Amino acid sequence: MSSRDSILAAVARNQPARLPLPEMPAFVLGEGDPVEKFAAVAVSVGSKVFRVKNLEEVRQAILKEHVGAKRIVSGFPQFSDMAETSVAPGTDPHTLADMDLAILPAQLGVAENSALWVTDAQLPLRVLPFICQRLALVVRQQNIVPLMHQAYDVIGAQDYGFGTFIAGPSRTADIEQSLVLGAHGARTLSVFILEE
Amino acid sequence: MKETKDHAALSEAFNADEPRVNWHDETLWFVRQKRDRAAQTIPDWELLRETASRIKHNVLSNLHDYLLQFEASARANGVIVHWAADAREHNQIVHAILQKHKVDRMVKSKSMLTEECHLNEYLAENGVEVIDSDLGERIVQLAKEPPSHIVLPSIHKKKEEVGMIFHEHLGTPTGMSDPQALTEAARQHLRETFLTRRAALTGVNFAVAETGEFVICTNEGNADMGAHLADVHIACMGIEKLIPERKHLGVFLRLLTRSATGQPITTYSSHFKKPREGHELHLVLVDNGRSVQLGREDFRNSLKCIRCGACMNTCPVYRRSGGHSYHTAVAGPIGSILAPNLDMKANADLPFASTLCGSCTNVCPVKIDIHDQLYKWRQVIVREGYADTKKTMGMKAMTATFASPATFKLAGKAGRWFMRHAPFAVNNRLNPWYKQRDMPAPPKESFGEWYLKNRKKKHE
Amino acid sequence: MTVGLFIPCYVDQFYPNAAIATLELLEKLGVEVAYPLKQTCCGQPMANSGFGHLAAESDELFIRNFSGFDYIVAPSGSCVLHIKDHLHSDKRPAEAKAIREKVYELTEFLTDVLKVDSLKARFPHRVGLHQSCHGQRGLKLAQMSELVAPPFSKPEQLLSMVEGLELVDLTRQDECCGFGGTFCVAEEAVSVKMGKDRVADHLQHGAAYITASDMSCLMHMEGILRRQKSNVKVLHIAEILNAQEL
Repeated sequence: MSSRDSILAAVARNQPARLPLPEMPAFVLGEGDPVEKFAAVAVSVGSKVFRVKNLEEVRQAILKEHVGAKRIVSGFPQFSDMAETSVAPGTDPHTLADMDLAILPAQLGVAENSALWVTDAQLPLRVLPFICQRLALVVRQQNIVPLMHQAYDVIGAQDYGFGTFIAGPSRTADIEQSLVLGAHGARTLSVFILEE
Repeated sequence: MKETKDHAALSEAFNADEPRVNWHDETLWFVRQKRDRAAQTIPDWELLRETASRIKHNVLSNLHDYLLQFEASARANGVIVHWAADAREHNQIVHAILQKHKVDRMVKSKSMLTEECHLNEYLAENGVEVIDSDLGERIVQLAKEPPSHIVLPSIHKKKEEVGMIFHEHLGTPTGMSDPQALTEAARQHLRETFLTRRAALTGVNFAVAETGEFVICTNEGNADMGAHLADVHIACMGIEKLIPERKHLGVFLRLLTRSATGQPITTYSSHFKKPREGHELHLVLVDNGRSVQLGREDFRNSLKCIRCGACMNTCPVYRRSGGHSYHTAVAGPIGSILAPNLDMKANADLPFASTLCGSCTNVCPVKIDIHDQLYKWRQVIVREGYADTKKTMGMKAMTATFASPATFKLAGKAGRWFMRHAPFAVNNRLNPWYKQRDMPAPPKESFGEWYLKNRKKKHE
Repeated sequence: MTVGLFIPCYVDQFYPNAAIATLELLEKLGVEVAYPLKQTCCGQPMANSGFGHLAAESDELFIRNFSGFDYIVAPSGSCVLHIKDHLHSDKRPAEAKAIREKVYELTEFLTDVLKVDSLKARFPHRVGLHQSCHGQRGLKLAQMSELVAPPFSKPEQLLSMVEGLELVDLTRQDECCGFGGTFCVAEEAVSVKMGKDRVADHLQHGAAYITASDMSCLMHMEGILRRQKSNVKVLHIAEILNAQEL
């Protein structure tokens, strides 16, 4: 018998009588405005938060914040003057090793933990938001949901190949529990909450 | 088989340096406090735990079908699925994939399963170099030690020690002990690793039966850096990591990091569904004793574990004995209920390495009855004959005395019997009680004797 | 109402004053109390060591001693929890079940059954309350710091009725003291370290007495205090609730 079949047989033999899946309770965020909460949590995990009216304000803020950035990649065609806005599929991801800044749209944000959802619909290359030295994510205010449960309601049955929640800059506390930002991924995360 | 010291001996050695024990205890207590604060911000916390627990009960009771469903969905997504009955087969599968791609250097992100299977040692023997990319794991790997904690692998190391290790292996200046600078050194060293390795191995935090996707949670981004840059991604998971539907991730991702470190979520929660265009994504499903544990009614709930480590951080024994005193891949309370299933003889000491205080059960995000299982393992271990004979004789003598009131009263006489027989008593320096504690002074009469004099008549 | 007084073996032998205080306290509150003379031990030391299968005889003895009372009360959360969870009889399952349901730890008996709302007690000292784990997490005598749930504490509720008593705050409100039955000798190093740390918390907050609803934790901490030549004393909570100091 193959290992597959023997494992499945052992599991079938040993699993207890079927127990039902619970109904998902209606969880609540607690008091306060979700967008305020989102911004506060984002700051608490080390992100920099900008409330902006439009993409032009994003551009202005980025030009100010990331003066030294030489190689910028962006998912917004509007930024084609300062960034590479088309990464051909099939590009070797290693060629992004010297990228300073990535500016990407996020599909949704989650108030309780400031996580931002990005899939390969936003990512020409999966490694993009990890390999860049600095990352900027732009989320529409109306796409901020209170809890992870609502996030998965929105995500639903999306057929991505890869998707990720990003909450803050890369971090570690593996040395004596001292928090250090910038472990292997982006050293900083700028979060833009877009009003329009 | 190599002889290992038991938990009591190893923790006695750990306790030789009391200031260090204090430091270790405080560091982990700090994590426990962060967990408490994070939990307190969720009004529905207990309901969330209950929901997670019930989802996992459903998973365990329907694991056969969920495995089939997961396998079919993952295959439809283009993932190559492997099944490993035990650690050996797991290691062989990983090695065969690497051989097929002619890879002899691999980067790996954190996976307690590969620790359990001793993958690194196996691959080293077969000429494959593995670099662990999680900072804590890299530290202990360079120090040639196993992780002492499932979430915080090098929590037992002081920053000065990390500085020495990095000086020796990464060429950092001597005396460097600033965590920021040390982390930057590791970033540079591991970035080079990520950019040059053609195979990456990762663990799996959750796998979704419905969609065939799996989720990896890291703060550092090391799993993603490895997986998205390598030609081949191998993900290894125990069969108990399944959850039914994508929406259930909402429950578990809310609980995992709050329980583990007090963060609202990890920096990255990456969902891998399909391989990158033109690349291979392998997934290894590992049993290694899990199906046996599933059949142990009293212990199957240990398979609900999502590896947050909260039970370790809260455990007053773990904090004062260190992860290595548990001599298994998974330390602490959860390790002590998992390990006897894998090898009851070698791990017979672990269920006794607890005061049964119950704090572990209370912090567990999936409500595993950890301390009750520790109690139950003790019964099994004694029944199966793994208790030492001296202890068995002592227990039998004690039982006989307690079973007979007459003997007890005769033996009693204000503490005399206890002074000879009770395990904590025996007022001489050879008794472990007396090493650092005094005995209570025996009173002039027992309560029974007092009662006969003062109350008996009233009730006759 | 007749209460069967269940006195843990080591309390009978080493700490008769805790047992006397329990008895006097219950009598003062108008309860008819009887102490079955043939009691020995509930069997917990064996069971917690993995020898639960040897408990049949002590279980039968316990049932013989305590069947027929309206309630069974003991000044020990740990022993009560053991009876509640593990008392078992093939011969007399109904009696075993009845006992499991009517056995109470002293403080919960006072707050939940007698519904005591005042006590004639005076103890003008700074007191640290050690939450013994089996009473707290097993019998739920007090809210547990791990849970997100409203606070309460049955022992504290009673101590607040004692005139002059000042309860000290602790840094770690409900950490285990490390006694743990045979753990205290089998894992001597960790047990002692836990005990030292627990004692230090009380000392740092200026406690003159450490109290608890379990004498076993106190015996362990007393052993450490005495070795340290400390003046701080341990007293079972019954002794404080029964105290009449001027």
